[in-house]
Amino acid sequence: MSAIDRPAAFPVNWPARFAWIGLALYTAYATSILNLTWARFLTGLDNGAKFLGRMFPPNMAADKLDLIAVGMVESIQIAVLATFFGVLLSMPLGLAGARNLAPGWLSWSARGLIAVFRSFHPVIVSILFVKAVGFGALAGILALIVSSMGFVSKLFAEVVEEMNPKQVEAVRATGASFWNVLIMAVMPQVMARFVGLSVYQLDSNLRNSTMVGIVGGGGIGAPLFTAYQRFDYDVVLTILLLIIALIMLTELVSGRIRRIFQ
Amino acid sequence: MKAARTRRWQRFSTAERISRGLLYVLTAVAVVWSIKAIDVIPEFLYDAPEQTADLFKRMWPFDWAFYPKAIHAALIETFHIATLGTILAIVLALPLSFLAARNFTSNPLLNFIAQFIFVSSRSVNSLIWALLFVAIFGPGALSGMLSIAFRSIGFVGKLFGEALEEAQRGPIEALTAVGAPRSMLLAKGYWPQVEPAFWSIALLRWDINIRESAVLGLVGAGGIGVALDAALNNLYWDQVGLILAVIFTVVILTEIITSSIRARII
Amino acid sequence: MTQAAPLKAVLAIRHLRKEYRPGQPVLKDISLDIDGRGLTAIIGPSGTGKSTLIRCINRLVDPTAGEIMFERQDLARLSGQDLRMARRRIGMVFQEYNLVERLSVIENVLSGRLGYVPAWRAFLRKFPEEDVTRAFDLIDAVGLNQDFATRRADALSGGQRQRVGIARAIMQEPALVLADEPTSSLDPKTSVEIMELLAEISARRDVPIIVNIHNVDLARRYAGRIIGMTGGEVVYDGPPAGLTDADLKHIYGGEDFL
Repeated sequence: MSAIDRPAAFPVNWPARFAWIGLALYTAYATSILNLTWARFLTGLDNGAKFLGRMFPPNMAADKLDLIAVGMVESIQIAVLATFFGVLLSMPLGLAGARNLAPGWLSWSARGLIAVFRSFHPVIVSILFVKAVGFGALAGILALIVSSMGFVSKLFAEVVEEMNPKQVEAVRATGASFWNVLIMAVMPQVMARFVGLSVYQLDSNLRNSTMVGIVGGGGIGAPLFTAYQRFDYDVVLTILLLIIALIMLTELVSGRIRRIFQ
Repeated sequence: MKAARTRRWQRFSTAERISRGLLYVLTAVAVVWSIKAIDVIPEFLYDAPEQTADLFKRMWPFDWAFYPKAIHAALIETFHIATLGTILAIVLALPLSFLAARNFTSNPLLNFIAQFIFVSSRSVNSLIWALLFVAIFGPGALSGMLSIAFRSIGFVGKLFGEALEEAQRGPIEALTAVGAPRSMLLAKGYWPQVEPAFWSIALLRWDINIRESAVLGLVGAGGIGVALDAALNNLYWDQVGLILAVIFTVVILTEIITSSIRARII
Repeated sequence: MTQAAPLKAVLAIRHLRKEYRPGQPVLKDISLDIDGRGLTAIIGPSGTGKSTLIRCINRLVDPTAGEIMFERQDLARLSGQDLRMARRRIGMVFQEYNLVERLSVIENVLSGRLGYVPAWRAFLRKFPEEDVTRAFDLIDAVGLNQDFATRRADALSGGQRQRVGIARAIMQEPALVLADEPTSSLDPKTSVEIMELLAEISARRDVPIIVNIHNVDLARRYAGRIIGMTGGEVVYDGPPAGLTDADLKHIYGGEDFL
């Protein structure tokens, strides 16, 4: 067989090559546009060192801790309620968005609604809810319910769409009622993933609940922002460390929960 | 001939039942406790529909003239913040992912350190990172970009680390048997397997970051959030409405683009 | 009739022992010589250590004790760079093919040279001309059409993938080839084709192949020498013709098998 008949061993992947070059050029361009010079960065590092100096050691004074504890507890409560109601409302919304279950017009509108919920950052939604229902945890909860629904419904709809129809068919062939089919064929397939989604959303809401307070939505965000504006950076550090600890704890617990419902 | 023994079937063992039961109870307790603790001021609640209607009335019609003046440039800046931030995050997170992946790095201390960095990065919101960076580097896009980057490291690192751990051992074993050096195990064994996951994660995070970058300006870290903050403070709701509409459009567009690319990669 | 001069052993295993758990040896004192000719088949029931034996040779598994002499070195003592160099000289074919699925066929074949080419060449895909030519020749030699070369490995059938795996092993120009149950994931017809291929390659290129296989008929048909293992020990070592039912019963235990 002559060498001419052979295909090229490594045909050049032109699209990929262009993409990489484009990316490199963009990075250079954007960096210069934003004026990200090395000098600024070095000055910043110097500031950073001073800043870190003011953060350490974390402030553990009793009165501060009380305030922080109240804020943290409120954040947890916000997260719990937002997840609970958000997940609850996501089930019908998700089912409505599943193209294999719902009629076209319904799934289309449901998905549209989900898209709207997802597009807005929880902070923005919080601002709007603060205007509507006033300052405090309620605004934060409502905002996070909206963002939870945006996330959980979409993924839930996808899980329902990915469902294996053969299993449903088989149960239906036994003459089972609609609800029994739901219970024995649909739920086992989607439940594990749904629980996983819910637990993930609790984690996510906990993280978001720490920040809605910055715009008035309750929780630890408010004391954090206040301390920040007063330059009490050591208090800021305490709060941050507690937030990190809380999230780590939640992740451990959520892993446990997921295994229980496997 | 043995008599037939009746055999009982339980869907869940007793231990499982107890755990599940406990979990349900705990959930109920948590929800009830939270509801009681949150004070809802009834006046505000009754007022809500009226307030909301008022809000929408003030927002519409949008202040269209506002766009070219303030919004366009800010939008571009938001885009740069999101994109550069994502790129920086990937560059920083990738090597850490290799440290976190237990099949690649067997030292449990290194695994833990990498995972700890990821958790910390994720636990702190990009908005809070922005507060920190604005205090260090001053207001502007640099702080915004760094906030996005530092928040994203945890996301990218965790998911990419998991993708690495899911890589099949077989081809790696084959390349070891061939006598390939470690760098080649990486480049020819792991990378081809995890490449689709890499792009999927990168695009997903970029999509999320566009959304996040839009609000960083609320605390001074550049982008369209700055315009939003100004409009809010001045109670120019028609400008606010326009900004929100613009953000919405950009987010939807980005999502469409990234979903179609991600669908093609798999 | 002139007797062929006895060939020097390519591989000499002495007192090889492997315990995954202390006190429970999977390999109990194996001593074998593999000379430089033909296909040697190792048969035996599952769990008897066939796979462990094969994997000890190229150190994918570390032996607990014993020597593995290959090209004047004890493979059991090597580590790091030396081990890597030694591995280049031994090709391996796997039950699950172990190709890099997202890479093309030719890239998979060329990865047989990864022990020889510097990293930058592999990264930029600038393999030496003669390696690329040889890769194409090998794709041909294992019975695949040239246009398979640029196809992704996961687009191939099981039998085709195994052929690529074999091409990769031969690409190393090895002094010895190990095959760990190369046909266990294949249907009967394809299994025969693959064994044919292995036998032909062994004869044509004069490289000894040690095959781990649980199908006794295939072993009898294609191997020049059969090693029967049971309970971690070698209980039969000789030509296929000499393998009697009694031997098989000893190896596999129980009349039911026959």
